[in-house]
Amino acid sequence: MLRSTRQRFGSIAILFHWGIALGVVVLYALGLYLDELGYQDPWFNRAMDLHKGLGMLLFAAILARWLWRRVDVQPVPLETYSAFEQWSARMMKAVLYLLLVLVPLSGYLISSAEGQPIDVFGWFHVPALISGLPEQADVAGEVHGFLAHLLIALAVVHALAAIKHHVFDHDDTLRRMTFRPLRSSSRE
Amino acid sequence: MKQQRLLVSLLLGCTLSLSAGAAWAEVERYVIDTKNAHAFIQFKISHLGFSRLLGRFDRFEGQFSYDPQHPAVSKVEVSIETASIDSNHAERDKHLRSADFLDVGKYPKARFVSRSYTEQADGKGVLEGDLTLHGVTRPVTIETRALGHGPDPWGGYRRGFEGTTRLVLKDFGIDYDLGPAAREVELFLSVEGVRQK
Repeated sequence: MLRSTRQRFGSIAILFHWGIALGVVVLYALGLYLDELGYQDPWFNRAMDLHKGLGMLLFAAILARWLWRRVDVQPVPLETYSAFEQWSARMMKAVLYLLLVLVPLSGYLISSAEGQPIDVFGWFHVPALISGLPEQADVAGEVHGFLAHLLIALAVVHALAAIKHHVFDHDDTLRRMTFRPLRSSSRE
Repeated sequence: MKQQRLLVSLLLGCTLSLSAGAAWAEVERYVIDTKNAHAFIQFKISHLGFSRLLGRFDRFEGQFSYDPQHPAVSKVEVSIETASIDSNHAERDKHLRSADFLDVGKYPKARFVSRSYTEQADGKGVLEGDLTLHGVTRPVTIETRALGHGPDPWGGYRRGFEGTTRLVLKDFGIDYDLGPAAREVELFLSVEGVRQK
């Protein structure tokens, strides 16, 4: 079951979801860490290279996920969801998708502000397509930091909502984003 | 009648411009040619003692006055946009603009105002003045050299100097630890002024 069905997410969507979630958490932690590093710290350059390399790979994964989402089937909301739950879930999803694009994009605009490409682990370079905007690196830096905090805050709300559905509502919200069988297996 | 009036005004105009010309001969006023980028403020700082990192400030403006007969009365004033620091590396420049170094949000301008100038016959000179950087004003001494002056091919008159000085970053309240080799920064200034009419 690579593809999703109306009832549950397929393997590819599940791997994208959890892979990108892990990537976001790792990059957020790394970002906070490298902000604290001093010039003399052995990780001063390494943490930045890692953050940039992983960030560009995650950006590629997010774009691939978006493409896959367009050809994949979209599971429908559970019947038990209230109108508010349906609406808020849809809004949350839209904002998370938007942030998943804007956070790496703003990060890219910092490093490429003076025309230098971004090195991804020495494997390849991402060319600087937009550079030399007024105060580009500083403005992009502010935006990058703010949106990253916002992304994590909203992801926490998103996760708490999933846990609420799993633990209190005993429905399949969380299960259908995993490889485990659905509770209402008759519906599959 | 009409001709007479024309003659008078011509004469008057010539006299006025002559007397003004005489005044210019004493103190010449120049605007530093940042418009066409014939002026540079470069810095040089050691990287860990292994090599030297070069950068510059891309945006600044200034003027100077110069009296060929009495160089000692010359004056210089330069104002630098600190955010225009450029070391050819976006992340480093962002760091240099941050509160760790120049703190350009808080201190958008650096400023040099001369106090005294002495010039030898060979063109070498010493320019003393106050530099305000990172909100701290301190006296600095710039070793200068008058390189040349004269009419340019486009109807103007230009005069150029070079200068070097060294700053201890900590003196200006910039105390981010770059290692023992990088406590001082060297400045190289190349300045061409266009005489004002």
